[in-house]
Amino acid sequence: MAKEKKTLNLNFGPQHPAAHGVLRLILQLDGEVVEKADPHIGLLHRGTEKLIENKTYTQAVPYFDRLDYVAPMNQEHAFALAIEKILKIEVPARAKYIRVIFCEIGRILSHILNVTTQAMDVGALTPTLWGFEEREKLMGFYERVSGSRLHANYFRAGGVHKDLPSGLDNDIDEFCNKFPKIIDDIETLLTDNRIFKQRNVDIGIVSKQDALDYSFSGVMLRGSGVAWDLRRSQPYDCYNDLQFKIPVGKNGDCYDRYLCRIEEMRESVKIIKQCLQNLPKGPIKTDDGKISPPPKKEIKESMEALIHHFKLFTEGYRVEKDEIYTAVEAPKGEFGVYLISDGSSKPYKCKIRAPGFTHLQAMDYLIKGHMLADVPAVLGSMDIVFGEVDR
Amino acid sequence: MKNLEDLEKFINSELTSKINNSFIKHDNIYLNIDHDELISVISFLKTNKETKFRQLIEITAVDYPETEYRFKMVYLLLSHENNKRVIIDYSIKENDVITSITSLFPSANWMEREVFDMYGLNFRNHPDLRRILTDYGFEGHPLRKDFPLTGHNEVRYSEEEKKVIYEPVKLEQNYRNFDYESPWEGTKYIKEIKKSDG
Repeated sequence: MAKEKKTLNLNFGPQHPAAHGVLRLILQLDGEVVEKADPHIGLLHRGTEKLIENKTYTQAVPYFDRLDYVAPMNQEHAFALAIEKILKIEVPARAKYIRVIFCEIGRILSHILNVTTQAMDVGALTPTLWGFEEREKLMGFYERVSGSRLHANYFRAGGVHKDLPSGLDNDIDEFCNKFPKIIDDIETLLTDNRIFKQRNVDIGIVSKQDALDYSFSGVMLRGSGVAWDLRRSQPYDCYNDLQFKIPVGKNGDCYDRYLCRIEEMRESVKIIKQCLQNLPKGPIKTDDGKISPPPKKEIKESMEALIHHFKLFTEGYRVEKDEIYTAVEAPKGEFGVYLISDGSSKPYKCKIRAPGFTHLQAMDYLIKGHMLADVPAVLGSMDIVFGEVDR
Repeated sequence: MKNLEDLEKFINSELTSKINNSFIKHDNIYLNIDHDELISVISFLKTNKETKFRQLIEITAVDYPETEYRFKMVYLLLSHENNKRVIIDYSIKENDVITSITSLFPSANWMEREVFDMYGLNFRNHPDLRRILTDYGFEGHPLRKDFPLTGHNEVRYSEEEKKVIYEPVKLEQNYRNFDYESPWEGTKYIKEIKKSDG
């Protein structure tokens, strides 16, 4: 007699440490093999795009910190670039370099979190403890420059909010000297680790064609062998002046994506060091009084500065009617902002293109035929953060 | 094909009758088409050897409540080979049913679900059209301009019923939307009103 086939429906999450947030995954299992995965998202939906439509351009910046909350400044960058392109603002060189330094710090922050928690998902605890010590130092840099460790609200259209406090550049430089050694240490724990390789090699393989069809970007795309990085192909700010390599994977499995992230951290350190060496002197935001607020001292002395200050913090600056898409290479992939302005001081529409959204969509395709235990490994290697998936 | 202008000319010459309007702005190509031509335009851009727009970046809609064609659908494509982006749009009425492009790009699935959820636009030939970001049993379409910012329902844990319950939104203070469009740039705007009167 033929054995009757019985499928089991398993509800994975929304409260599960390996779900990396609030993912509810409905799995259809045949024994231990996954037949179908149906991700239910939106449990962290806050209506960011609706809120931005009701705020001035300056007030909208903090919402971008709350999307991918492990790399806040990278996302502010996309929004700032969009406004700058519409208003045709020339950003001072020093601001460009500062922004790139903090974007690369964001990349390291995000990659440490991903690499180490992925290791934790497949059974290794130590890398998390070592990695988070470094994240703490990096968040310290965030705090010193912006006043808060996570929700920075630091980038502005036309530059950055404040200049680096004295001594910060030296401290970042010192961190860059020590950090490659930490990456080496983490690598000794993972790269040749038998268990880590058994859990990741040949798991969740993405072919080149599928990576394109499923709109993958960032490491998910490069892990499959597509050499594509917006910092190189469509450079913004000062990436054109910097020397860096783009690591590309071969097999498109979870292990290759892990290796790509490790190498990207090393490249980020090099980028930060170059920026610090060549950091120009000068202003850190545009001097156009209609867009960036005047210094405190001027407000006390100049009537015009006072008026500018008042207008900027009540009405905000107006952005002429336009339609634009700008994208940056965020740690997780292509983060884009599609902005429609209507001439008022609030965006008419601001669509946020989050890389995690399209990556998570491919969950069903990636996990089909794998074992239940591979679900956290694949999920971990996708680098999902629910702040940006749900928006 | 390296040059943006050449690429735009090429697309125009190949798809003459299907494109209403095209221009280059901010280093991107903008195409305005009719809804009926959606599948043919996108499959041409994806498969043609010169264009090779092989990646779908985003699908979204824009709401213009005052106009007859209320919604504008927007599709963003990227070509890795040419390192170029194209933005395709067309306008539709509120009750029009849109053709799904999931057959061309599997990643369109969730993007179209999001448009369905946020704007209430329906898609033809979509494999699995469900709400995606909003709550189970949610009513309304949040990104429409006539949907209130504060929403309709709020949730709290009820000690009596021992469960999370839904209630109509009650705010201690109403959402205040100040109008800062001020007379400061007065002279110009008064002039404009006078012009339109006379």
